[in-house]
Amino acid sequence: MTSTLPATRIVEVRAGILRKNDELARALRARFEAAGVFVVNLVSSPGTGKTAFLEWTLTALHQRGVRVAALVGDLETDNDARRLARSGAPVRQINTHGRCHLEAEMIEAHLDGWALGELDVLFVENVGNLVCPASYDLGEALRLVLLSVTEGEDKPLKYPTMFNSADIAMITKADLATACEFDRAAAGAAIESVRPGMPVLACSSRTGEGLDEWLALLDRRRSHWRTQWPAPGVVPSPATSSRTVP
Amino acid sequence: MHELSIAQSIVEVAGAEAARLQATRILTVYLAVGRLSGIEAGALQFSYDLVTEGTVLAGSRLVIEDVPISIYCAPCGALRELPGVNRFRCPVCDTPSGDIRRGRELDLTGLEVDERVAATCETLSPVNGTDAMTGVPERPA
Ligand SMILES: [Zn+2]
Repeated sequence: MTSTLPATRIVEVRAGILRKNDELARALRARFEAAGVFVVNLVSSPGTGKTAFLEWTLTALHQRGVRVAALVGDLETDNDARRLARSGAPVRQINTHGRCHLEAEMIEAHLDGWALGELDVLFVENVGNLVCPASYDLGEALRLVLLSVTEGEDKPLKYPTMFNSADIAMITKADLATACEFDRAAAGAAIESVRPGMPVLACSSRTGEGLDEWLALLDRRRSHWRTQWPAPGVVPSPATSSRTVP
Repeated sequence: MHELSIAQSIVEVAGAEAARLQATRILTVYLAVGRLSGIEAGALQFSYDLVTEGTVLAGSRLVIEDVPISIYCAPCGALRELPGVNRFRCPVCDTPSGDIRRGRELDLTGLEVDERVAATCETLSPVNGTDAMTGVPERPA
């Protein structure tokens, strides 16, 4: 007797849902490595002072002769890009038109006309959001997560995915720490809990506190990266080609 | 709320697989979602119903497999499943570990297709393992 039930079958499939973004991010990463440009993806919740931090970083690097540029993600406006352009570094705005995160495709689309080989460091200011940007690889070499002293020490425990995906944590608005009764040790423990071994720095864009330490760490990470991905014409020294991150 | 973007990606990826299988009707989509993928299952389910309308996935069910985080613990020499998402320490010996082996997945793992329109499925095995490949590239610890 023939069954009249619809015959269905379960077929095994293996496909990453974000494979399109991931493939594009890999291609971007290869392009950045070939050009010798170190890309930093800045992520945070809204209101951490990300733009002030970036303006401060761009200005300092530009003054020190580092060839630096920035791509700035924003939901609708170009206010941040205009503000960052005061640093003297080339800045481009990426309007996400309501999207809560940047994707590799948006980065690629905004590189047109930029000679990447003439840049040392490119910052990408992601959309202020501690959830969605965690899922999207932008081809960056370093992901920096910002946490302000006004947010509470347990934020890393509430957003473990984002903190876990980051390489360095930066506590911002350190000049307000006392007024906010911010417990640096508790914040450090929360970060350590979700991302064991991640360096934690603190800074204030207002007082300049922590700037030197941040730029020194950035420089060490970039130097280490360059030993693995030398820019064209640079021969890596065997003595410095260790994969241990300083 | 990036689950809407994610749901659109599911339509693209599952749609491409359906086309490869020459299936014109998909009944169920199986997804492995790691606890570190940053995806909220409820929001994804809601978005899914919105974006599948008018596609080969219209009316299909989305079945989400929750994948816990597993870390490799060097002192134990073993993979350890974590009970939560915000304490990356071995639950047995309490050693911190950032060596994540599972829990970042965002993978399509299976499709239930109408067999009468999916003759090419004959050569494929049914869903068995849960060893899904990682959707998000591993970042150095
Ligand atoms: Zn252990």
